[in-house]
Amino acid sequence: MRAAKVLERVLITIPIMLGVAVMVFIFMRLTPGDPVDIMMGEMVGISDAEMEAMRREFNLDKPIHVQLWLFLTDVLRGDLGTSFVKRVPVAELILAHLPATIELAVGALFFGLAISIPIGILSAVKQYSILDRASMAGAFLGVSMPSFWLGLILILFFSVKLGVLPVQGRIDHDVGLQEVTGFYVLDSILTGNRAALVSALRHLVLPSVTLGATLAAIVARVLRSSLVEILRADYITLARAKGQVEFLVIMKHGVRNALIPTVTVVGLQVGALLGGNMVVETVFGWPGLGRLVVSAIFNRDFPLVQGAVMTYAFTYVIANLLVDVLYTYLNPKITL
Amino acid sequence: MIAHIWYPLSIRIRLLGRGLAEFLRELRGHPSALIGGFIVLLYLAAALFAPYLAPHDPEVGDPRASLTPPAWSAGGNPAYPLGTDFQGRDILSRIIFGSRVSLGVGVVTVAISAFVGTALGCVAGYYRGWIDGVLSRLADLLLAWPFLIFAIGVMAFLGPGLSNLIAALTFKSWVEFFRLSRGEMLAEKTKEYVDAARVVGQPDLIIIVSEILPNIVHSILVLATLRMGYMIIMEASLSFLGLGVPPHIPAWGSMVNQGRDFLFVAPWISTLPGLAILVLVLSINLFGEGLRDILDPRLKIE
Repeated sequence: MRAAKVLERVLITIPIMLGVAVMVFIFMRLTPGDPVDIMMGEMVGISDAEMEAMRREFNLDKPIHVQLWLFLTDVLRGDLGTSFVKRVPVAELILAHLPATIELAVGALFFGLAISIPIGILSAVKQYSILDRASMAGAFLGVSMPSFWLGLILILFFSVKLGVLPVQGRIDHDVGLQEVTGFYVLDSILTGNRAALVSALRHLVLPSVTLGATLAAIVARVLRSSLVEILRADYITLARAKGQVEFLVIMKHGVRNALIPTVTVVGLQVGALLGGNMVVETVFGWPGLGRLVVSAIFNRDFPLVQGAVMTYAFTYVIANLLVDVLYTYLNPKITL
Repeated sequence: MIAHIWYPLSIRIRLLGRGLAEFLRELRGHPSALIGGFIVLLYLAAALFAPYLAPHDPEVGDPRASLTPPAWSAGGNPAYPLGTDFQGRDILSRIIFGSRVSLGVGVVTVAISAFVGTALGCVAGYYRGWIDGVLSRLADLLLAWPFLIFAIGVMAFLGPGLSNLIAALTFKSWVEFFRLSRGEMLAEKTKEYVDAARVVGQPDLIIIVSEILPNIVHSILVLATLRMGYMIIMEASLSFLGLGVPPHIPAWGSMVNQGRDFLFVAPWISTLPGLAILVLVLSINLFGEGLRDILDPRLKIE
């Protein structure tokens, strides 16, 4: 039964992904001028014949529905076209930059959950205490803060004033890390390079905190408010009455139930994590997908922009799918 | 026909007046919302009267005053209370003028999104059928995009500019209002007063606008306020990336970006406009949460 529900949920994502691809295609078409015009805009001395050859290469001479079909089948095969500027397949560029972005997102998720879950629980248990008020004020500040500003403030404090953490980049260049997977933390563990591990982690701290701050703030608020409500429920009183240890009452009966709305929020926040990624990568000079896209936009490298934007959307759709599946395991009563 | 429209409307107007008075009375019980609202009003005044308040021209700097620190620190000049940037432009004046972009984009995007989203949501919820199907699928599709990615993608294809920026933000943000008003409409539609209005022969448009809408407008208002802060952060983020308003217009996000090259020698260029964003968004959110507690306690986060 559960397997069938999960399968059904998986199948729903297919038309959504298709829709995402069609939307990207439509936006490409809405751009004034066709890609060849834009590409050739700055170049001089290109003959009309060469332009025509170019149009044929990009299938721009075919009717629009044929173009759409060719575009979709290409996407399905993982062929996202060739970068105008770098003259390399877009898929290759994206894959090369993805590990850095995922590493940062995981770091942010880890940081966000590591501070928000204990804070959310403690604030709910000790409602209206100083700790509760202080952390909720902090969380309120967190949701109102632009992440690029937080990043700069952290750089000013930890890198400039205290001089304890690096300003930019993913790793120091003198640690001699051998790339295996592209995930530097993982790579340095795999190759047993301790200096590289320390360097990679030190570089990861500020960007992760910056990217994870909003997530932490939102999760702490949601977890606290749902736990406050749950702790008033009759079954909590019952658990206490039967002599259950208070810690277990809170963790087993309270937190487990409070995690259900929390998981939904985390799933939705993955979108903010992906979007914020462009901003944070720009602030910290993090060589991931976000910076790739931003520079591609300035270079008017449309195949790269559309490929990367689509990758982000697909990642978000899949993340939400995973959250929904996780949901059924947290609460078997929920149907997808 | 006139009576159909006028009588409910006149009652509504009187109720609105009474509601407003009651709202203001209740607001007194929410000091944080009151403070938030007051600060938002200050920003609004700054935006409206920017040319009279700003001590200098925000777009023309004095090269001799380049990188002057704020007045309170060593080497500061009282003529430039918050210091100057590399081109010698006054930071305070640019922050004051920047409030026009942030508030303007915030108010306009939220207003359009709320109007379009609510109109479509009411139609979809009231009539259901194919129109609901089409709009709901479109909404699902837009929800498949992380907000900033979508806005960045649209800006990439449309190119920078104020109206493109508003279009890029609105294009996705109406969905929230659509979903809220559609859901509320579905719930309200089944109530007796709607049947009553139908029985006396009121046209659908009147039922939607003057019978149902007043009952759901509170939640829309609350959502609009809470979305405003988010839109301002989105606008600032796009401008920070250089994809928002053109660089010569003073906007907080692009000011932070321009100051990044001087972060270590002149941190005030980046940090102060960022602080302006933080205080404004914080105040809007404080006001919004107070508004929600008063108007729509169901949504309250304890």
